[in-house]
Amino acid sequence: MYRRGLTELAVGLRAGDFSSVELTRACLDRVGRHDAALNCFITVTEAQALEAAHAADARLRAGDAGPLTGIPFAHKDIFCTKGVKTSCGSRMLDNFPAPYDATVTRRLQDAGAVMIGKTNMDEFAMGSSNETSYYGPVKNPWDLARVPGGSSGGSAAAVAARLVPAATGTDTGGSIRQPAALCGITGLKPTYGRVSRYGMIAFASSLDQGGTFTRSAGDAALLLAAMAGFDERDSTSVDRPVDDYPARLDAPLTGLRIGLPQEYFGAGLDTGVGAAIEAALAEYAKLGATLVDISLPNTRLAVPAYYVVAPAECSSNLSRFDGVRFGYRVEDPRDLTDLYTRSRGEGFGAEVKRRILIGTYALSAGYYDAYYLKAQQVRRLIRDDFLRAFEQVDVIMGPTTPSPAFRLGEKADDPVSMYLSDIYTIAANLAGLPALSIPAGFVDGLPVGLHVVGGYFTEAQLLNTGHRYQQVTDWHALIPAGYE
Amino acid sequence: MALDTRDVEKIAHLARLGIDPQDVPEYSRNLSDILAFVEQLNAVDTSGVEPLAHPLEATQRLRADIISEPNERETFQAVAPHTEAGLYLVPKVIE
Repeated sequence: MYRRGLTELAVGLRAGDFSSVELTRACLDRVGRHDAALNCFITVTEAQALEAAHAADARLRAGDAGPLTGIPFAHKDIFCTKGVKTSCGSRMLDNFPAPYDATVTRRLQDAGAVMIGKTNMDEFAMGSSNETSYYGPVKNPWDLARVPGGSSGGSAAAVAARLVPAATGTDTGGSIRQPAALCGITGLKPTYGRVSRYGMIAFASSLDQGGTFTRSAGDAALLLAAMAGFDERDSTSVDRPVDDYPARLDAPLTGLRIGLPQEYFGAGLDTGVGAAIEAALAEYAKLGATLVDISLPNTRLAVPAYYVVAPAECSSNLSRFDGVRFGYRVEDPRDLTDLYTRSRGEGFGAEVKRRILIGTYALSAGYYDAYYLKAQQVRRLIRDDFLRAFEQVDVIMGPTTPSPAFRLGEKADDPVSMYLSDIYTIAANLAGLPALSIPAGFVDGLPVGLHVVGGYFTEAQLLNTGHRYQQVTDWHALIPAGYE
Repeated sequence: MALDTRDVEKIAHLARLGIDPQDVPEYSRNLSDILAFVEQLNAVDTSGVEPLAHPLEATQRLRADIISEPNERETFQAVAPHTEAGLYLVPKVIE
């Protein structure tokens, strides 16, 4: 049962081939068997999951079921879940049962999806390897000595190892697409504002966006359909109808214009990854697409601009953790300043502290114009590159990451080298564009991701583009050894 | 722009962020590396470029000024470290 994807499971549930309780137990068994080695989960919510599965079975019997009713999923531990620990991968929130549900949590509950637990992640979503988690690193199911990527590493590894058919994630600079690529699964970051940020613990508010991890683009269409939509509780949510993602999946790709930015195929790209991407592009040409050489001239500025904007917004957002209202608080503070300083000093890990310090510096008196304002200007240049490109092409393709999964510890002491693993994904966040990563081959037994960026609100087209490729390739269907 | 250990201590104080004194030199190195990396932005001519604050250039949505949420003080204070009579407790501020 665990080998089947979300779409197929939804059909089986409706046909009565198995119940949601049986399916949920199967997932919980997989977690029990494999998670000690993988460390995907911070919290497993077995009792609640079985209760939700019973309720889903009742809905299925009553004919009141949607496509997600009875489907087990894993929820990134950044989404608030009422009464369930919501740690964000941090000691700061190790004692925090969220007092309310995120909008995404509620929407998935209403759809009848069954949450089986909360997944491990880089602390406050700051990291590209899952090594900054207070709960220890997640391992990549393709090679336990390697990272799964981050920050949504637990969600990605759980789907790749077939512990669950689907998981949620968030993406601020690549935190869905990079781990999806390194774990060999399908990851979608929607347009900024498409999925509500209400109850999704904030890192960099102008970049953060919730999205999906699934085995296929078709599965992502079903999950996104349940998550997306306007929410008046998120002031940056976009009030615009949600497209019918599943309906568009099978449209032919004849005439699709694919832009290939020269900047994404140059120095720094692993040759094996480059070869896999070339092969994927040849497949798209066979499907009737046209390949067009384009340029995004400001590409090299994306990572530096991001490492001003994201830390600045992080330092502001994380000022709420003060040891007073929720979260970690030191014993016996001497005075109020000592309460703040030591609670934050002991509650946050090293990478979070680095970013708070960089952000505080960039926003401090006398430096605001030189850093934050400058980065926001460069951000417009990067976005304008994309707007010009989308006058000529429908989607933009390239590698999701410059190399396959790296070894645990390999980049942990060198922040700048770690930041550069997001070099191809960050620009889409700065511009607010939707982007997809799909499995497109292997290098030395490690998965390679193909990155597909679209114009604003073209999620249906991205999923269609991914789905057609997955109809003629089977990279997405391969299971890591030991998890078959 | 390199940050020395005194700069790091000053920024940490601004952020009310406790840093172990023995870790300050490493933060000073890491942060200087990050700032050197970010420095590339200075080579770009951005004169006349409007800063982009929201990717879709949306402006703040407003709503009618009416009460829409119930009072959930008890729920929210249940997760607070120390409360008394509906108030959050902190160390004495005024002697």
